[in-house]
Amino acid sequence: MLFLIAAGLTLVLGIMDFVFLAHGSQVMIGAYAATALTAWTGNFYLGVALAIPLTFVFGLLLETLIIRHLYHRDHMEQVLASFGLILFFNELVRIGFGPAALFSNLPPMLSGAVTIFPDAPYPVFRLVVIGVGLLAAVMIWLLVTRTRLGALVRAGASNRTMAAALGVNIALLQRFVFAIGACLAGIAGMMLGPITTVESGMGEPLLILSLVVIIIGGVGSVQGAFIAAIMVGLVDTTGRVLLPHLLRSVMDQATADGAGPALASMLVYIFMSVVLVVRPRGLFPPKG
Amino acid sequence: MKNIVLATAISALMAAPAMAESVKIGFMTTLSGGAGVIGKQQQNAVNLAMEHKANTLGGFDAEVIFVDDQRKPDVAKQLANRLIKSDRVDVIAGVIWSNLLMAVHKQVTRSDTLLISANAGPSPLAGERCHPNFVSMSWQNDQTPEGMGKYMQEAGVKSVYTLSPNYQAGKDMITGLKRYYKGDIVEEVYTKLGQTDFQAELSALRAAKPEATFIFQPGGMGINFIKQWKQAGMDDVSDLYTVFSVDAISLPVLKDAAIGTLSTQTWSPDLDNAMNARFVADYKAKFGGYPSYYAAQAYDSIMAIDHALAKGGSTDAATMAGVLAKGGIPTTRGMLRMNSNHFPIQTMYLREAVKDADGVATTRIVSTVFENHADAYAQDCTF
Repeated sequence: MLFLIAAGLTLVLGIMDFVFLAHGSQVMIGAYAATALTAWTGNFYLGVALAIPLTFVFGLLLETLIIRHLYHRDHMEQVLASFGLILFFNELVRIGFGPAALFSNLPPMLSGAVTIFPDAPYPVFRLVVIGVGLLAAVMIWLLVTRTRLGALVRAGASNRTMAAALGVNIALLQRFVFAIGACLAGIAGMMLGPITTVESGMGEPLLILSLVVIIIGGVGSVQGAFIAAIMVGLVDTTGRVLLPHLLRSVMDQATADGAGPALASMLVYIFMSVVLVVRPRGLFPPKG
Repeated sequence: MKNIVLATAISALMAAPAMAESVKIGFMTTLSGGAGVIGKQQQNAVNLAMEHKANTLGGFDAEVIFVDDQRKPDVAKQLANRLIKSDRVDVIAGVIWSNLLMAVHKQVTRSDTLLISANAGPSPLAGERCHPNFVSMSWQNDQTPEGMGKYMQEAGVKSVYTLSPNYQAGKDMITGLKRYYKGDIVEEVYTKLGQTDFQAELSALRAAKPEATFIFQPGGMGINFIKQWKQAGMDDVSDLYTVFSVDAISLPVLKDAAIGTLSTQTWSPDLDNAMNARFVADYKAKFGGYPSYYAAQAYDSIMAIDHALAKGGSTDAATMAGVLAKGGIPTTRGMLRMNSNHFPIQTMYLREAVKDADGVATTRIVSTVFENHADAYAQDCTF
C-alpha cells in the first residue's frame, strides 16, 4: 500500500525533479472514484476497473492544466502550488460528496479470512492488497528497465536537454510519468477505501509516511521505495505492538502506557533520521 | 389620569423589548472528516429540538449558531473565542471530544458563558477542575464503562483485553472499567485517536487469546475496528464488549456484522417515555434512520436550556446553571437528576444490537445495570 503511493511519488519527485505534495489528494481521488463507481455500478470489481483509467486521465489533465507550467519554477513555488492543490481538492470533495466519510463494503468473496499459518487466519482482502502491490512493483520494473518507453524515461531523467536534443518529446514523456504516478496513488486509494474510511483529506497522513519512505529508499529509486516501504511498515507495526511491552519492563505501567504509543508513532521518523545519518542519500540512491 | 395612561403606555413599551428577549446558542460539534456523521446527527437533533420548541426556549427567542471544530483542539479554541467575543452567545453547547472540551472549557466558563456538554465528560471537569458554569447533559466518561465492567464481572468474564484511543476519554474509559471489573486485564492498548487500520493490534490480540475484548472506539474508528475484526475472523478468538462504538452511527454501515454485540449506555431508542418516543419517531421520519445517543444528548441539551430559561427567566450563566444543578430536567432519559458537580445521576442500561421490525439494525435494552448511578469524582469538586 505504502509502496504504491511512494512509488508514484518517487517517480514524480526523482525522475521529474518536481516537488509535488498533492499526492495524498490523488490517493483520495482514487478512493472516491472507486467508491462512487462501485455504488453506481453495484459491482466492486467493475468500480475499480473503471476507476483506474479515470485516475490516469485525472493525472493527465492535472499535468496539462497546472503542473507543466511549474517545471521551470523553483522548488518553493512548486511546494506552494501543490499545497494549494491539496486544499483545493479537499474542498472540492467536501462540496461534491459532503463532509461525512463514505464507507465501502467488500464483496463477500474478498471479505473473509484465510488460514495461512495454523492459528493465524489473515483477511483475504489484505492478501489482495499485497498482491496488487507486488504486481505494480513488477510492472513498474518491467516498464522502466525492459521497454523503450522506460529507456526514454531514464534518459529524460539523467539529462533532459540531451534527450530532447536527440528528438525525445520530453513534455509528453513527463505527462505520461506524472499520470502513472497519479494512477498508482489512485490504486492505493482504492485499496485503502474498503479497509478504512473514504473522507476528505484522507491522503495527508499517508503523504508524510510516503515521503519518509522515498527519503529512506533514496529519492527517484523505485526499488528503494519498495524496500523502504516494507521496512517502514515493519518498524511502524512492530513498534506499535512491542514498544509498550519493552517500556513496561523498565518503568511502571502508567508511564509506559503513556510513553509507549507516543514513542511508537515517532519511531518511523527516528528510523529515518538514523538512515540519513548513516547514508545521507538514502539506502538505494539512483545512479548518476 | 392622562399621566397614568401615559405611564402605563411607556412601561408597556419598555416591557415589550424585554418580552422579546432572545438567547443565542453556539453549538460546537464535528461536521467534517471521519467523525462528521456524529456531528451531523447532533445538528439534526438540535434542529429537531428547535422545531419542537418553535424556536422559542423558555419564552426567549432562540437562535443557534453551528460551528465545525474538525476534531482539532486548536480549531475548537478559536471557534469558542469567536462565539464568545464576536457572536456574543449566551450558551456554548455540544463538544463531542474530551480533549476538545478540555481545550475550550477554561475560556468559556471564565467569560461567564454557560458551557453544556452534549457528549464529552472528562474526569478532571467532574472533579478538581469542575466549574459552576459548566453543566453536563451526557455523562462522566467513567460511568458507561463502569456499567460494562459491572456486567462483565457479574457474567464471570475471566480475562479482558482493552483497546481505546490514546487521549483523555480513552484513559477514563479504562479507569471506569477497572473500577468494577476485577478480573485479569491481559493488556491495555492505547491506539492513536483517529486510527483507521487496526491490523497490527488485531494480530497482537489474536496471539494473546483473551476471553473478552473491551473496546472504546467512537465514530469512524469503531466502524473500521469492527469491520476489520470481522474480516480477520476474530469472533472465534474473543468475545467483543463495547462502549460508544456500536450505535446508530456505526450500525447503518456495519449492519449484520455487529448484530448481537453488547454495549452499555444511558440511552437507547427504545427507552420508554413520552419525550423519547416523540424524539425518535420524528427524527426517523425527518432524517431517515435511527438517532444515536449523540443526537439524544444534543436534543436534551436544548431541552435543558429551555428548562433553565423557563425556570430562571434569565440568560445569565450562573442563573441557568443554578436551575440545572437542581435537577428535574425533562429529557429523553426521563427526569434527569443532577449531582453536586453538575453531572447527571442516571440509570445505565445494557444494550444489544438487534434488527427492528423493518430489518433495520438498532439497539435494544436488555437489562438495567445501574439504577441512579453517580460518577466517582463528585467528592473532589468544590465550586
